[in-house]
Amino acid sequence: MIAIVKFPGTTCEADVYKALMEAGVPTVIVKYKEFDPDKYNGVILPGGFSFGDYLRAGSIAASTETIKKVKQMAEEGKIVIGICNGFQILVESGLLKGALLPNLKLRFISKWVSLKVIRTDTVLTKGLDKKIIRMPIAHSEGRYYVDDVDYAKTNMVLQYCDENGNVSEDTNPNGSLLNIASIANEEGNVIGMMPHPERASFKLTSVDGTVDGLILLRRLGKWA
Amino acid sequence: MKYYVELIIINKDSVRDPEGETIQRYVIEKYANNIIETRVGKYIQFKIEANNEEDAKNLIEKIAREGRLYNPIVHKIFVRVRKE
Repeated sequence: MIAIVKFPGTTCEADVYKALMEAGVPTVIVKYKEFDPDKYNGVILPGGFSFGDYLRAGSIAASTETIKKVKQMAEEGKIVIGICNGFQILVESGLLKGALLPNLKLRFISKWVSLKVIRTDTVLTKGLDKKIIRMPIAHSEGRYYVDDVDYAKTNMVLQYCDENGNVSEDTNPNGSLLNIASIANEEGNVIGMMPHPERASFKLTSVDGTVDGLILLRRLGKWA
Repeated sequence: MKYYVELIIINKDSVRDPEGETIQRYVIEKYANNIIETRVGKYIQFKIEANNEEDAKNLIEKIAREGRLYNPIVHKIFVRVRKE
């Protein structure tokens, strides 16, 4: 069973729930204070604006008891996925290294992007055939930064690119270091990503009919 | 004794600050050409009862660090103390 944790201000929990249902992954939405890590094989921190994004996006949620429990799960090798605001919580809590700064153009960006798959050894991308996938992003604080470029190069999972997989400044929507859209820990069980797989899981709401988010989420089935 | 402790959180010099860059370009440079750079940070003020200035300052530094009021990867902090 996978838990989707809802903090005050989280907005994407129902979308993630529906997408996981579509992917055939057993899941449940849990309020952050009622979260019991021993009940679940994995946890998803969905997008939104936890605690109003006060101080910095994700920082208040990062200091809750809930995140201590999530850390414990990560250490046990269980699945920990942060999407958008969830990714911000993961970096703020130190579960992933780095920071997510305001977009370089200081605008809220909401659009579909192409993403180059770099690592195929994570719980979401293991055995993935596709080299380029498409998903939407929607954030104002998504500029990934870390002071250790080697760490970033080794651990990045997805890079913003064009439809042919070319990674350049032109395809970097927010100024992220190395066009990083997603990064994971070395073991590949803790993943943060700015793109929303749950919004790329249904043909009806997909811009081009692709459901690449669903392809990623299906991979959680064997651990759930 | 009561003290005001001011915590300033600002991007490290190596981290770009688009808000500061925008203010510099669209406001500051209209008025002066000798202002080289503008950077924006966050200011938090605390009112503290403490034995002395040092205790007050140390407490806020500890909370800033352990409570991650700033992210040391991208930010630096300044802590200032004054009597009420």
